[in-house]
Amino acid sequence: MADALLIDSTDGEVLKLAAAGAWTSTNARPLEQQIDAAARRHAAAKQVAIDMAAVERLDTFGAWLLERLVRAFSSRGAATEIVGLKQDYRALIDELHQVKLEAPARRRGGGIVGALAAVGRNVAAVGDTFTAILNMLGAICVAFARVIVHPRRFRFTALVHQLDNVAWRGVPIILLITFLVGAIIAQQGIFHFRKFGADIYVVDMIGILVLRELGVLIVCIMVAGRSGSAYTAELGSMKMREEIDALRTMGFDPIEVLVLPRILALIIAVPILTFLGSMAALYGGGLIAWLYGGIDPEIFLQRLKEAIDVKTFQVGMIKAPFMALVVGVVACVEGMKVKGSSESLGLQTTASVVESIFLVIVLDGFFAIFFASIGM
Amino acid sequence: MIAGNGKAKETVIEVRDVKVGFGDRLVLNGVDLDVYRGEVLGFVGGSGAGKSVLMRTIIGLLPKRAGTITVFGQNMDAASDAERQAVERRWGVLFQQGALFSSLTVKENLQFPLREYLNLSQRLMDELALAKLEMVGLDASVLDKIPSELSGGMTKRVALARALALDPDIVFLDEPTSGLDPIGAGDFDTLIATLQRTLGLTVFMVTHDLDSLHTVCDRIAVLAEGKIIAAGTMETMLASEHPWLKAYFRGKRSRAGHVADTAAQVPAPAP
Repeated sequence: MADALLIDSTDGEVLKLAAAGAWTSTNARPLEQQIDAAARRHAAAKQVAIDMAAVERLDTFGAWLLERLVRAFSSRGAATEIVGLKQDYRALIDELHQVKLEAPARRRGGGIVGALAAVGRNVAAVGDTFTAILNMLGAICVAFARVIVHPRRFRFTALVHQLDNVAWRGVPIILLITFLVGAIIAQQGIFHFRKFGADIYVVDMIGILVLRELGVLIVCIMVAGRSGSAYTAELGSMKMREEIDALRTMGFDPIEVLVLPRILALIIAVPILTFLGSMAALYGGGLIAWLYGGIDPEIFLQRLKEAIDVKTFQVGMIKAPFMALVVGVVACVEGMKVKGSSESLGLQTTASVVESIFLVIVLDGFFAIFFASIGM
Repeated sequence: MIAGNGKAKETVIEVRDVKVGFGDRLVLNGVDLDVYRGEVLGFVGGSGAGKSVLMRTIIGLLPKRAGTITVFGQNMDAASDAERQAVERRWGVLFQQGALFSSLTVKENLQFPLREYLNLSQRLMDELALAKLEMVGLDASVLDKIPSELSGGMTKRVALARALALDPDIVFLDEPTSGLDPIGAGDFDTLIATLQRTLGLTVFMVTHDLDSLHTVCDRIAVLAEGKIIAAGTMETMLASEHPWLKAYFRGKRSRAGHVADTAAQVPAPAP
């Protein structure tokens, strides 16, 4: 039970409110309730005197609640005065008396309108992202052309550094993942094909699937998660700290200095990783075919030679640099979109990974149509 | 002294023989400092002398190698977690860059400590956030902004309002006027002086701003070579013959130095 912090009594026409105890932040909740109750109970009071003499301590919280009490009475036209207030607290009360409580204008519309507006904004944002990607692609081409004309301006050290991050350090995890995927496909294939006595066709399936589609797709998804997100976060935090503006004022083109080496590193790294990944997947598939399906390595290799040709391999490898470009451009576009807050950095990094994986899969679909129509 | 009033001065922060170092380098080598209740202490020293280091050591962000720090009579080394938290609730810190939470709006930033420490109604928190904001000279229009949309001066003011959210007894200000234009800096000084009087604050202010030292500080402590080389009023500093103090307070950029310079340039009026 909270102590009484406000005791009311009437003296003829005058309502007397005697304050007591500590009017501080720790008592703010019970104090607020007692004050609001008092203001409601004596709604008809014409003259109010608030006696603050017995208050032990007063802080901003208590002072504000006193101010609220005074305002509640004065807004109804009651003459309100504060008596017995210690001199030390006078300045604080005066300060708070100046505070104007205007409700800030609400910016958002409510309900359905708000929801429709949000949908509209999102649709427009998709268009903006697409334009930004094209814009970035154009800027990269210009920067690349400039670098070809003046090869000395190219940041070779940055490229090597990025290659180290993207390609070299990514090799172990990519080998492991693709190896496992190859093994799983082989196991599932053998398990189901065995019912028809078609075990041996598992080799065809592994060969074509891995070399044409899965190798490059899995590598691109891994690279989008590993390196695309890192690009977005790096560029985004540089944007937040105005480092990109600093580069610009020194007469450097951020696209040439920051984006071009990163994109080129991806374009070089992804085909290498795709090749390594495909080999690891074939190895995993072959291993499982031997251990689980009883297909000897010699037979596996011979069957593989019949099932695939150089074209199958080429299809996968041709796709790799284009997908790398998509991942890199999306990552850089999203990085450049980061605004001041840490929350925006997180949002753009998420968007970068989701968009680049989506676009890589869409692009893969277009390539499938294209290769089918040219008979590859 | 303004804080004196004839009463015995109560020490709120007592720093004794504190040593803080990084690697081989000892930044603070036996610092002794007292901060009295209700005063504005200006803390000065050369760049890299360790002013912010001492401030961060007092508020417990940096470990010290030796010495004791007592705040409100509580030895911070011997304090239990609960005692420590009780002391932490009684101080507010204004960091150099504001350190506002970048993903929260101004209103949420101001209400964050209230929400964590106190059990208040939403209406009271809203009113208090606005009241504190008006106390630091801003208005309701910034309530829904996020920190990246604020100017440098506004960021400092909002950060000060957040430092004052829990009605602290001490506020630590780390270079409050750095990065503000002279008018903004002057306003901020006035604001600190007003709030100090209204709320009865003790202010520990790390600063380089000679104008702040002149206008708001009751007392000045000077850190050099890892020790406090002087502490006292502005008059004491100006009267000192210590070479560093002379260079700092009577150098080209100080008021005294400036007056001397212009006096030398202006030819003496004809009789």
